[in-house]
Amino acid sequence: MLQAFNAMMKRDLLLAFRHRGELANPLLFFFMIVTLFPLGVSPEVVLLRKIAPGVIWIAALLAALFSLESLFRSDFEDGALEQMLLSPQPLSVLVLAKVLAHWLVSGLPMLLLAPLLGLLLAMPERAIAALELTLAIGTPLLSLIGAIGVALTVGLRRGGVLLTLLIMPLYIPVLIFATNAVTAAAAGMPIAGQIYFLASLLVLALTLAPLAIAAALRISVS
Amino acid sequence: MWQFLHKMASPKYFYDISGKWIPWLGGLTVITLLAGLYYGLVKAPPDYQQGESYRIMFIHVPSAWMSMFIYVLMAMWSGINLIWNIKLADVMTVSSASLGASFTLLALVTGSLWGKPMWGAWWVWDARLTSELILLFLYLGYIALVSAIEDRRTAARAGGVLILVGVVNIPIIHYSVEWWNTLHQGPTVTKFDKPSIHLSMLIPLLIMAVSFKLYYLTVVLMRARTEVLDRERRSAWVRELFGAKPAS
Repeated sequence: MLQAFNAMMKRDLLLAFRHRGELANPLLFFFMIVTLFPLGVSPEVVLLRKIAPGVIWIAALLAALFSLESLFRSDFEDGALEQMLLSPQPLSVLVLAKVLAHWLVSGLPMLLLAPLLGLLLAMPERAIAALELTLAIGTPLLSLIGAIGVALTVGLRRGGVLLTLLIMPLYIPVLIFATNAVTAAAAGMPIAGQIYFLASLLVLALTLAPLAIAAALRISVS
Repeated sequence: MWQFLHKMASPKYFYDISGKWIPWLGGLTVITLLAGLYYGLVKAPPDYQQGESYRIMFIHVPSAWMSMFIYVLMAMWSGINLIWNIKLADVMTVSSASLGASFTLLALVTGSLWGKPMWGAWWVWDARLTSELILLFLYLGYIALVSAIEDRRTAARAGGVLILVGVVNIPIIHYSVEWWNTLHQGPTVTKFDKPSIHLSMLIPLLIMAVSFKLYYLTVVLMRARTEVLDRERRSAWVRELFGAKPAS
């Protein structure tokens, strides 16, 4: 089982690196959305500092959705997904490997880019550290929850907008706890509570989401 | 009991028996609705603080209850459908969705009408309002998914997964939002000790709640009947029902 997990992850990572151009797209998207806010709201530092956690997190949320959309698409189109369904290995494990590989190439780079964005929005250092921490716990959570929606819409031609409609409401707790932690950190307050909450959500998603993704895939591919 | 449930799962039996129930359920709905409205709007005393305007509660609170109740019911039916593969369960889920969404919308609209005189604003980003709004989004997402998938059975099963994921998430969403911001008055009926609402207001409220449930049952059965007919339109009993010749 572990072998299958590793093989699947290696394959997905390899595929991702063969299409290097596509790797940068979600990141660019993330960056651009954040850039729009000073332009659209105001370049005033006090205001930017105040809205920064929310802006960066909402941008991360949208970028996650945007990049997730193609998670199963090529596998669905070339039939690899059907082979995964037929394989004797548990589908939920294979799916978890795919989601993890996807997070490594899309979520992790966002983590690296976020401090820069924090500086652009004049966030204090404490808050940037908290932002990193929440993104480290939160982005895998976004990938896991989002993958359920992707699995449900994989067979549909115009799944993109629909995916957003299905998944956005489920992202709300992550958004609330993460931005709250960053805001609290900026004010110099402890953030352990929010972080524990996010971490417990991540554990919950790690255990339950692969099962839901597998079930959804079986339904939409059949 | 089991035999009855077993029989209910057959579309034809369901179609026949629900047809007999609907007039009764509809009649009871009208009676309880009239009684509830009479006691609520005429008999119940005005509130010492909110005056007459609290009376919108008799619509607002039952519809908010219904909005959550229907979601849980849909989750139950989806579970039944995914586990035992009973067609009728998914017919019920699909037929409930738009009713649930309507009740959620009704709760939001009446809440906003009530909020204007009480809080001085049509909308505040309060925890319960926000979670109700998110619930509406969940309903609309479900409806969008089901209508995007052409095959009815696949649509219902995919929707079922979404509903079950949603039902795990609803408490999380609710508490995260509650923790985020709260202005709404606390629950006054479901507290474990004595309800903090006077009996003369509680009774019409409960009558209205029963009436809303009956209304839901009536309409969901009507919708489910239509859905059953549509799905079974090629089967012999439907053709016979409408006087067409059996399929050759």
